[in-house]
Amino acid sequence: MEIVVLLKQVPDTETLIQIAEDRTSIKTQDVKWVMNPYDEFAVEEALRIKEAQGGKVTILSVGPERAVEAIRTALAMGADEGILIDDPSTEGGDALGTAKVLAQALKETPHNLIVAGQRAVDDDGYQVPAAVAALLGIPQVSMVIKEEVREGKIICERTIEGGTLVVEAELPALFTTQKGINEPRYASLPGIMKAKKKPLAKKNLDDLGLDPSEVGQGGAKCRVMTLSLPSERSPGKIVDGETPEAKAAELVRLLREEAKII
Amino acid sequence: MAQGVLVVAEQVGGAFRKIAYEAVSEGRRVADTLGESLTGVVLGSGIEAIAPELGKYGADKVLVGDDPALADYTTDAYANVVCDIVRECDPKVLLLGASMGGKDLSARVAAHLDTGLAMDCVSLRVDGDALIATRPMFGGKVLAEVSVQGTPQIAAIRPNVMEVVEAERAADVEKISVNIGVVKTKLLEKRVETAAKMDLTEADIIVSGGRGMGGPDFSLLEELAEVLGGTVGASRSAVDEGWRPQSDQVGQTGKVVSPSLYIACGISGAIQHLAGMGTSKYIVAINKDPEAPIFKKADYGIVEDLFNVVPALTAQFRKLER
Repeated sequence: MEIVVLLKQVPDTETLIQIAEDRTSIKTQDVKWVMNPYDEFAVEEALRIKEAQGGKVTILSVGPERAVEAIRTALAMGADEGILIDDPSTEGGDALGTAKVLAQALKETPHNLIVAGQRAVDDDGYQVPAAVAALLGIPQVSMVIKEEVREGKIICERTIEGGTLVVEAELPALFTTQKGINEPRYASLPGIMKAKKKPLAKKNLDDLGLDPSEVGQGGAKCRVMTLSLPSERSPGKIVDGETPEAKAAELVRLLREEAKII
Repeated sequence: MAQGVLVVAEQVGGAFRKIAYEAVSEGRRVADTLGESLTGVVLGSGIEAIAPELGKYGADKVLVGDDPALADYTTDAYANVVCDIVRECDPKVLLLGASMGGKDLSARVAAHLDTGLAMDCVSLRVDGDALIATRPMFGGKVLAEVSVQGTPQIAAIRPNVMEVVEAERAADVEKISVNIGVVKTKLLEKRVETAAKMDLTEADIIVSGGRGMGGPDFSLLEELAEVLGGTVGASRSAVDEGWRPQSDQVGQTGKVVSPSLYIACGISGAIQHLAGMGTSKYIVAINKDPEAPIFKKADYGIVEDLFNVVPALTAQFRKLER
């Protein structure tokens, strides 16, 4: 089983996000970069499939040089090799552009199964994995909390609003991982040592035969014009009262008479 | 030349979901700004009868793809059919709901049509011919204004945010034949968790519990939610402790919600939780620690042990009900 994990390096969710002077990007100094949390589940699930069925796990990412660190983390967890598409022309591209880069790289990377996090917690785009599957003409199953690969197919449990669907897809297929699918392992010290020697290839758009005007900022069909911070909520009222009952009664009054939502 | 606004209206089991009305209402607004007509699309099996309902929210026309092959949602079949309809109608703008199904449907459709998509939008406007969308990023810590290009310009709108507006007209309903194309996925089974539990992303009132709950017994919150007609959520710590299922988690690594009323009980207010519920219309915080960051975001705060206040609140609301 040849498994490819699509991985993104993102700011840690504890990071206080600040907007850069260009107003279209965030300040990157003081940001702690980590592997996208949903991708940790993807790496773990890929490793479990490999451990059960044999095969190879390749980590594929688009990003700047610093993304090497996230790939190394996945290698330390047990993945076999990494590929980083590092090209300044991909900056400012949109999700579809990124998907085109990944899809092109995947055409040169053997794969029966592609695994990705359900979304990256920076752009919250939910878009790249589905677009990659569409571009490769393979089926996709999103938000998977359980899967089983057998006889050229994958059977996935996918979460939807208020329930679960059991979906079967023909391989090659792509699925995205939702929290709850597994408990990602930590990289062991020997794993970290070994990861340093595992192959990590770097490629640019030229190597992939891609035109920057197609996939970079120039080709972006969804462009960030401005970023802003959501308006601060004005500090509210502390509801007073002698007893918990009195406080509850006052809150109910405020919700009815002031907020008028009950 | 591309013209008109097309809205895919999601239905489940022969009934439109609320997001369908939200999307059609928003579609009407965009169509009016552009001076264009609005067409709704309904896909499913045995759903022809519900199609005229979209006229109530402003659809001039409704295309109905009523076919046994569409009985169950699969991303590839639905994406193929939506792409065919778009190629046929050539709309300027395509709107979908960013429900769990709508997210992968819109992403797949945009990739097939090689056009721009703004995902999970909280507002839309039109500037000349361009569709401009506002969408939260970083779990709501940042709002991005994005311009969508290509034909059609696609936006998937976040559930529970856009207003449902009635704009009654007699929609012209047209049945279309569909070809699901190459489909490599199959639905084997559908499991409904608890029929009564509304999904957090669609709930109008959410009562959430955090570490302060001290254990997996959320019955106090469930009682309060029940009397309010709301649903129960949880913070990441409560989910990580195994007290609540993952589907209840609100926050940057869980669900991003925007109910009318969010009642946070025993939740301190970690930055990643605040990001996930900061767009709620009203926030109530109940916490015994007066220094808890949640109070900075709350419209109303009660500094008190939640185990004392929550039952009192439930009793108060019960009294109102009578």
